Amino acid sequence: MEDLRELYQQLILDHSQNPKNFHEMEHPTHTAEGDNPLCGDEVTVYLKVEDDVIKDVSFVGSGCAISKASSSIMTETLKGKTIEEAHTIFDLFHRMITTGETDSAQEEKMAVLAGVHKFPSRVKCAMLAWHSAIGAIDKKEETVSTE
Amino acid sequence: MESRYDVRSSKTTIGDIMNTFNIDNIRQDFPALNQLNRNRPLVYLDNAATTQKPNQVIDVISTFYRTSNANVHRGIYEISERATEAFESARQKAADFIHAEDSSSIIFTRGTTEAINLVAYAWGLHNLSPGDEILVTEMEHHSNIIPWQLIARKTGSILRYIPINEDGTLNLENSDIFFTSKTKIVAVIHQSNVLGTINPVKEIIQQAKQVGAISLVDGAQSTPHFKVDVQEIGCDFFAFSGHKMVGPTGVGVLYGKRELLESMEPFQGGGEMIKSVTFEESTWNDVPWKFEAGTPNIAQAIGLGAAIDYLNDIGIDQIHTYEQELTEYALDILEKIPGIQIYGQAPNRGAVISFNVDGVHPHDMVQFLDQDGIAVRGGHHCAQPIMKKFNVSATTRASFYLYNTRDEIDHLVESINKTASFLRR
Repeated sequence: MEDLRELYQQLILDHSQNPKNFHEMEHPTHTAEGDNPLCGDEVTVYLKVEDDVIKDVSFVGSGCAISKASSSIMTETLKGKTIEEAHTIFDLFHRMITTGETDSAQEEKMAVLAGVHKFPSRVKCAMLAWHSAIGAIDKKEETVSTE
Repeated sequence: MESRYDVRSSKTTIGDIMNTFNIDNIRQDFPALNQLNRNRPLVYLDNAATTQKPNQVIDVISTFYRTSNANVHRGIYEISERATEAFESARQKAADFIHAEDSSSIIFTRGTTEAINLVAYAWGLHNLSPGDEILVTEMEHHSNIIPWQLIARKTGSILRYIPINEDGTLNLENSDIFFTSKTKIVAVIHQSNVLGTINPVKEIIQQAKQVGAISLVDGAQSTPHFKVDVQEIGCDFFAFSGHKMVGPTGVGVLYGKRELLESMEPFQGGGEMIKSVTFEESTWNDVPWKFEAGTPNIAQAIGLGAAIDYLNDIGIDQIHTYEQELTEYALDILEKIPGIQIYGQAPNRGAVISFNVDGVHPHDMVQFLDQDGIAVRGGHHCAQPIMKKFNVSATTRASFYLYNTRDEIDHLVESINKTASFLRR
């Protein structure tokens, strides 16, 4: 029970109850939808990328506290980062969620979700928005590279 | 515990439970109930998903493998005869349990899903034409939607849905618009696995008959909980699963009217389902074996027979009465939880309750209940059309069976309240 209460600490609940950047975006350069068919969670992520820099990120959707908090934290973390930095941060986040390992180089905001690794069934909830964001970026890059 | 089950006479005896409903004795029959979940006594409330198994069923399966394991319908040797006899006697038990005309109308399948697929492919594929209509309801489990979507795509037929009302009952007013000369099959869920609603299948099937349509009833959630009489219902097909009624996984039943089964093409080809085979062509075995290609699920079918014995010894009517009381009690105290929304308020309902509590996502709810030892389901319950209808992405679902108690429901309510106040802080 202690682990679970730790996971659902106040910061997580604040993010889930009042998520940051929780709105649609006009004229995004990248969007992606993600869903977790197991629990019915849905998220749409919007990004505005200019000169390889993520100028703006937002999301809409419905989901559990973990997925909503993680989406909110994702938008705060990725805003202002370069595409390359976003990939590095994604890898760090993924490692933290699956193993609990944190890195001194990583953003502090992300660390509140480190406890997720103790609950394997919730890894997908925490990763949903992150996978969607990185998927949106990669898809666009792919398209660009084939032109 | 030593089994008193004899594979040949196949009659399970249950200690002290004869005609009385003794919950303590019943719980002792189910070893899996007596364990910890996250260091708390397990409260198992996910019975609509699958049920726990009593020693009487576990022992019969184990005894079969220890003493009578052989392939069926082939060997001339003694243990093969014994296996065949036990397997076929399980078929008779299944027939008697749902009051089928005789055991030849009982096909063993992998479960309800495979039974419905069997009808979709072996009947639907050959009997549906472009423009024909398949009629289901908005309340169906995915297993009674997807097979028909696949068949509709292949045959050019059209899938239509009887709508549901706010209270979780079927909207059968003006149902004439759904039952037309184009309707060829009506496939309906007997009891909803989300809303608990028990549907008036007899009336629906009468309407189907009036337009000349055949009918299928998905009995996965009804057969374990109350008396089913397929002849009284009047359906052409009826499907149910063993594992939802204290039996093993991997076995279910398709009941079918004999003349229909005889007119149908086989579902799968292989051994067991043929009379003779040449390089050019084959002739089919009699029903029901025509639909049981390959070595069947012998031990599982025999286990299902033992499950039926178990339920019969307690009494399906007694089980139903007990569950009805339990459900009423649960609804009464759940309704008092602040901010709770219960989906499905049908007057005629079974032991399944789906709900949400304001400000708490089901996934979070289930995680916290789990920490208190409580096993419930959170999600769309393989019924996304219902979720859409009620405008939610998921619900939490508690479902009861004969071994659940009021104490467990009290514990559930206490844990929901605790979780809601923690997450809404």
